[in-house]
This record gives sequence, structure tokens and C-alpha cells, in this order.
Amino acid sequence: MPSVIVLLAWMIVPLVMTVWFSFQYYNLVNPEAAGFAGLDNYEFLVTDPDFWAALTNTVILLGSVLVITVGFGTLLAVLFDQPFPGRNIARLLAISPFFVMPTVSALVWKNLLMHPIYGVLSVAMRAVGLEPVDWFAQYPLASVIAIVSWEWLPFALLILLTAVQSLDHEQREAARMDGAGAIAQFFFLTLPHLSRAIGVVVMIETIFLLTVFAEIFVTTSGGPGNASTNLAFLIYARALLQYDIGGASAGGVVAIVLANIVAFFLVRSIARRLEV
Amino acid sequence: MATLTLRDLRKNYGPMEVIKGVSLDVADRELVVFVGPSGCGKSTLLRMIAGLEAITAGELQIDGQRVNELGPADRGLAMVFQSYALYPHMTVRQNMGFALRLARVPRAERDRKVDEAARILQLEPYLDRRPKDLSGGQRQRVAIGRAIVRQPRVFLFDEPLSNLDAALRGQMRIELSRLHEELNATMIYVTHDQVEAMTLADKIVVLQAGRVEQVGSPLDLYHRPENLFVAGFIGSPQMNMLPATVQEAGPSGLAVALASGTRIVAPVAAGSANQGDSVTLGIRPEGLRLDPDGPIGGEVRLAERLGGLTLLHVTIEDGRQVTVQIEGSDLTRPHETVRLSVNPVACHVFDQSGRAFTHLLKHSLAA
Repeated sequence: MPSVIVLLAWMIVPLVMTVWFSFQYYNLVNPEAAGFAGLDNYEFLVTDPDFWAALTNTVILLGSVLVITVGFGTLLAVLFDQPFPGRNIARLLAISPFFVMPTVSALVWKNLLMHPIYGVLSVAMRAVGLEPVDWFAQYPLASVIAIVSWEWLPFALLILLTAVQSLDHEQREAARMDGAGAIAQFFFLTLPHLSRAIGVVVMIETIFLLTVFAEIFVTTSGGPGNASTNLAFLIYARALLQYDIGGASAGGVVAIVLANIVAFFLVRSIARRLEV
Repeated sequence: MATLTLRDLRKNYGPMEVIKGVSLDVADRELVVFVGPSGCGKSTLLRMIAGLEAITAGELQIDGQRVNELGPADRGLAMVFQSYALYPHMTVRQNMGFALRLARVPRAERDRKVDEAARILQLEPYLDRRPKDLSGGQRQRVAIGRAIVRQPRVFLFDEPLSNLDAALRGQMRIELSRLHEELNATMIYVTHDQVEAMTLADKIVVLQAGRVEQVGSPLDLYHRPENLFVAGFIGSPQMNMLPATVQEAGPSGLAVALASGTRIVAPVAAGSANQGDSVTLGIRPEGLRLDPDGPIGGEVRLAERLGGLTLLHVTIEDGRQVTVQIEGSDLTRPHETVRLSVNPVACHVFDQSGRAFTHLLKHSLAA
């Protein structure tokens, strides 16, 4: 019981403070302008085009990374389930990006792969006579999506691979006897078998992908303009670049509400699947 | 429906040969049971027939046509797996209709066939349930239904009853017999349970270490085992095996002496047996009787009273243990001294390599 109280305080205090600040005028460079703000912070937030851009970017980032990691994760899991020479090493290599810190991997992508002059991609494009692309200037959000997907694909692969391996081999043989080829086996047997694992991957990734920050901070700093600003980065920019704690708190409350809406639907759909 | 021919089938895993040349003919509408101890290769052989394992050498023919190179779905066979291998996310109806759906059979025809199979198996009330909502016996029936729906040329069963409890197993055994009669189908059935083999089979194939030990009708194998392995494997309780030496070879049989000196005449052709040869005398438990004037003496160690049958475990004079099966309820108590006589018809003699000497008496039931 005491531990529950400690835990509750641990969660409730920051939440209540965030909510409280979101109703205050509270700017670190202007201590004069203090006091109760009512819904002003929220009004300012929803009338700010940056906010809607950030919200859209958050959703695009989340959706794209989920599709890419679950899609490729499933295919790779099925592939890595087949015996082939060097399978263990291939598995290790495929999983290793997960152990690289987000900051480090973002830097590696920024300076070694996507750099318009020194990057491997630009060198390769120049070698075949193409104009190199300044990825973070021209496709900022897509570049961030690529980095985050690269980081999260191993996670999806790991979970889905263990799930694929647990598929009963007699079921697969029964399907072969029933005349199912590789593709039919994938759609009628493997995919339904994986549905629960896919649900788990989607849920866990969603929780983390709503708060992607380091990758953006290191590579694009949300720019150019607001092209790669997501909600987490917007809150950071409000609080620590514009010193507007009240406005940042309002953004934080919106983020909490958003995360809870997503979590509600996800948990419900997965709980239903677990029953089946 | 279909005949099946195996011609010197072999299977290697790397350098290890697990099926060492099996030849067999399965007639149309015959129920053939592969039986043997675990690891004898019976399941591998079935999977080779099914097409799930490649055939290393030899030829497999269905209806006289070579099918070695055909995939499992193209051989026109259906298999019932030990774990049932039902698709967990599909309903019973979808499970049973899956093969037809893959073969692009129109929906109406598919439903008709599934309904027909469900009627035969009494599965109609469960068609819209999922496998996890069914009992073991019902899942078993769905697995059989999935096979029936395809109208295969040959049914293959891989130890289908081993996951069921004893009572249900007995019931399903009867049901399978009925099904075999109703479907008029060729079936191959793998089991390690010799009771299942005896009750179901038209023809039993006894396998050991990748080789066929004997092929024959259940009673054939029981009354005329060709070697020690078959004699020991078929029949429950097991045949009593006693070491003996040949005393005399006569026209009416072979006189052998047990280690205790007791002389027994077994009605088998002497063949190449010479006086003094070591042989094994096999006596079925029902071939021994309690008889105050019998030649073998011993002490009862344990009495198993099953009601209709009584099994006495007797230690005979030379220290060996034998089982005596008596009809009805016998009241002989442990530690009593008894004498046993031997029914010559139930006696078998095996030479040192394990081969049986030919029986002189034709058994009325065995072919």
C-alpha cells in the first residue's frame, strides 16, 4: 500500500503540475507576466500553425515507421526462419541497430550516409552520374522516418521472429497437404499466427514513436521551418527555446491526451485479440 | 479408390539410413497399419508416402503410377496428424473447407461437401466454432473431416489417437473402423499401440529399425509370428520367452528342454535344427494352464485379477518369470506353488538368429 502511494505520487505530481502550468502565464524571460491564464495557452496553441504541423508530422512519423517496421519485420522474420548458411550471423547483424543509441545512429546517418558531400548515398549517386540529394533539407521528415525505422526494425524483427518460430510445424505440413503454396501458407497460416505479435509490436512502438526526439534534435532540429517538428520537439522548443513554460505545458497536456486516445484503442483491440 | 505400391523405398538423413528398403502392396480399400516401437521409421515412412519427406531411393506408386516427384497436395492423399494440426484462427467449417478453397472449388459445392463430412462425423453443431472451443475427441473428428472433404485416394493417419484418454481412444477406434467401412477407402495408419493395430487392421506391417519384420493379418501375426521381434511385439500380455535346448527332432515336432530340464514338445517342423542347439521357446500366456500334473512347477509372485481374466506372474523352476492368462476369476494367491501345463498350439520355437520354426498345425483363424 505505501508503495502504491509512492507510485501514485510519482505519477500524479508531474501530471498535476503540467496541467497547472498549462493554465498559467509562465515565461522564464518575462517573470512579470504571471498569473492565471485560463484557456489562453490552449487557444494560442491551437491557433498556432506550428502545432497542427507538428501534430500531422507526429502522426505521419508514427504511421510510416509502423508500416515500414511491421511490413519489413514480418518479411524478414519469415526469411530468417528459413535455414540458410550464415543465418546466425545474419540475424545478429539484423538485430544490432537496436543496440545503437538514437543520438549515435542519427549522427551516423546524418554524417556518414546522408551527408550531401561526404555521405555514402551522395557518393553512390555521383558515381552513377546523378545529382546528390541534400536529404535533410529536401526530404526532412522522410529522412527522420528512415532513421527511426532503421532503429525500430530490429525490435519488430526480434518479436516477430520468435512468433514465427512458434508456429506448429504440423500445421504447416497440414497446409502443404491441403495444397497451400508458400504464398497461401503466408497469408492463411503465418500472418494470422503473427497477428498477436504484430499487435504487441504496434503497441510498444507507438508508445515510443510518439516521443521521438533525439533523432530530430540531432539531424534537422525540427526544420527546415517546421517540416520535421513533431509534438515532442515542439514542446521542447516552446519550453527551452522560447522559455514559454505555460505554452509548453499546454502542448504536453495535448500530447498526454493524444497518447491516451491511441493507447485506449490499441489496448482494446489487442485485448480483444488476446481473448480469441 | 486406390492401390499403393512401395518398391524398395529408402530414406537417408546424411549418411544415416533410416528406412532400409521397404516393399509393400496396399490393396484397394485396405486398412494397413504400420506398427513398431518408437524410432522404427513408421512415421518417416508415412511422411514419405505423404510427400512431406523426400524419397532417397526406390519407387512409390499410387494406382500404378510413379508419384515420387509429385508434391504432397498433388498425390491425392489426405493426412490426419497426431497433434490434429487444425488451423486455430479458422472455424471448423473453414478448417474443413480449406483445401477446397485453395483448389478454387465454388462455395456452394464446398459447403455441400463440408456439410456431408460433418454429417458423417456428427460435427454439425460445431461447424461455426473454433478448434479451441472443442474437446480432444471433437478436434480429432474435425481433423478427420478435413481429410474426408478432399475425397482423397488414400487416407494417412499418423498416430491419431495418442493424444486422447483411454476411454475416448477406445471409442474413436470403433468410430474409425465404422468410418473405414462407410467411406470404403484405402487407409494407412501408423501407431505404436499394438492393440490399435490388432483391432483396426486388415493388414499389419511390423517395422523395426527401418525394416519390415513381417506383413500379415492381425491373427496371422499373432498365431504365426515369423521371428522373435514380432512374437514379442504383438500380443498383450507379452509372449513368454524361455531359453531351451533341442533334445530331439521328430515328425510330430521338436522336443526341447528348458534350463530346469523340463521337456516340452512343440509342434514345429524341425528344419535344420540339431540336437543340442540353443533355441528360444515362446509360449503365449493363454497357452499356459494351471494343471496339478503339469510339467512346469513354480511359485506365484503376483496375481492380477481383471474380472474376466486373471493374470498370474509365476517364477518357474529355472528362475524365469512367466505370465499365465486364465479365463474368468481365478483365486490362486501369491506365494502359492502351482504346476503348469503347456498347450502345444500356443508354442513357438525360434532359432538363435530369431527366426521361427514353421508351425506344423494349421491355425483355424490364421491364413
